[in-house]
Amino acid sequence: MQTAAGVEACLPIRSDMDLVWVRQHVRQAAALLGFSLVEQTKLVTAASELARNTLVHGGGGQMETEAVTGGPANGLRLTFSDEGPGIPDLERALSDGYTSGDGLGMGLGGARRLVHEFAVDSTPGVGTKVTVVSWAARSPRPRGEL
Amino acid sequence: MSHDFSRPVTGHVPVLRLGDILLVTLQGDLYDSTAQQLQQDIGDTIVSTGVTGVVIDISGVEIVDSFLGRVLAEIAAQARLLAARTVVAGMRPAVAITMVELGLTLPGLRTALNAEAAMNLLSGPDQDTRFGGPRQENR
Repeated sequence: MQTAAGVEACLPIRSDMDLVWVRQHVRQAAALLGFSLVEQTKLVTAASELARNTLVHGGGGQMETEAVTGGPANGLRLTFSDEGPGIPDLERALSDGYTSGDGLGMGLGGARRLVHEFAVDSTPGVGTKVTVVSWAARSPRPRGEL
Repeated sequence: MSHDFSRPVTGHVPVLRLGDILLVTLQGDLYDSTAQQLQQDIGDTIVSTGVTGVVIDISGVEIVDSFLGRVLAEIAAQARLLAARTVVAGMRPAVAITMVELGLTLPGLRTALNAEAAMNLLSGPDQDTRFGGPRQENR
């Protein structure tokens, strides 16, 4: 598909400068796939939280972006992976107020609320992979179809 | 891959003094280190100039994540300890919606719809006893 070129990417997450590129790429990709401004803002914010987790807790890693098309709506899948220490207690890490770093403790649980699909695969000592998908709302049908 | 976006903000954010008020305008995407530097710069400027108010205009900011939210809350708390009041101005509606869903409501932070309203707010008396008060703790 024609927008794939602007959507598919694999970006390194090694410094706070990379966080800026991650946010800008996710915004660009979401805009290409027809996400509304609010949908873009939510997904970019979630990506920022998850990328910072990858950087701070995972010791760096990468984000892959991929378009999910063919269904009734366009989607964007983001996969954050690191080879860090992993998350020993996932349930606790997902609860609000829990922080092992110096944030507000909203990172993982907050990001989950901002996306439509959320999956964490973490093995202590091996690494963590967080995959999220959000869908663009279907555009309103033209009046003639109603 | 092309990036036709505003350039990321590096180094220092300009801090302008207008009478008794500092005006800080955040634009585009900030590096974490830039936001932390700003926090220091504002504290230093409050002390060296003796201003009593700080306005942070975020109308040019596309997202506020938990990191930037924490920096804004800490700037306000730090300014209060240095005898200055802080107002965050011009938040975009999409940013507000997202912050609420994220769980980041920053109850101690005073806001205004734009920089002018923020300046007016600061020129009036401080009537809000909750203003800049302690952050609510989850226990």
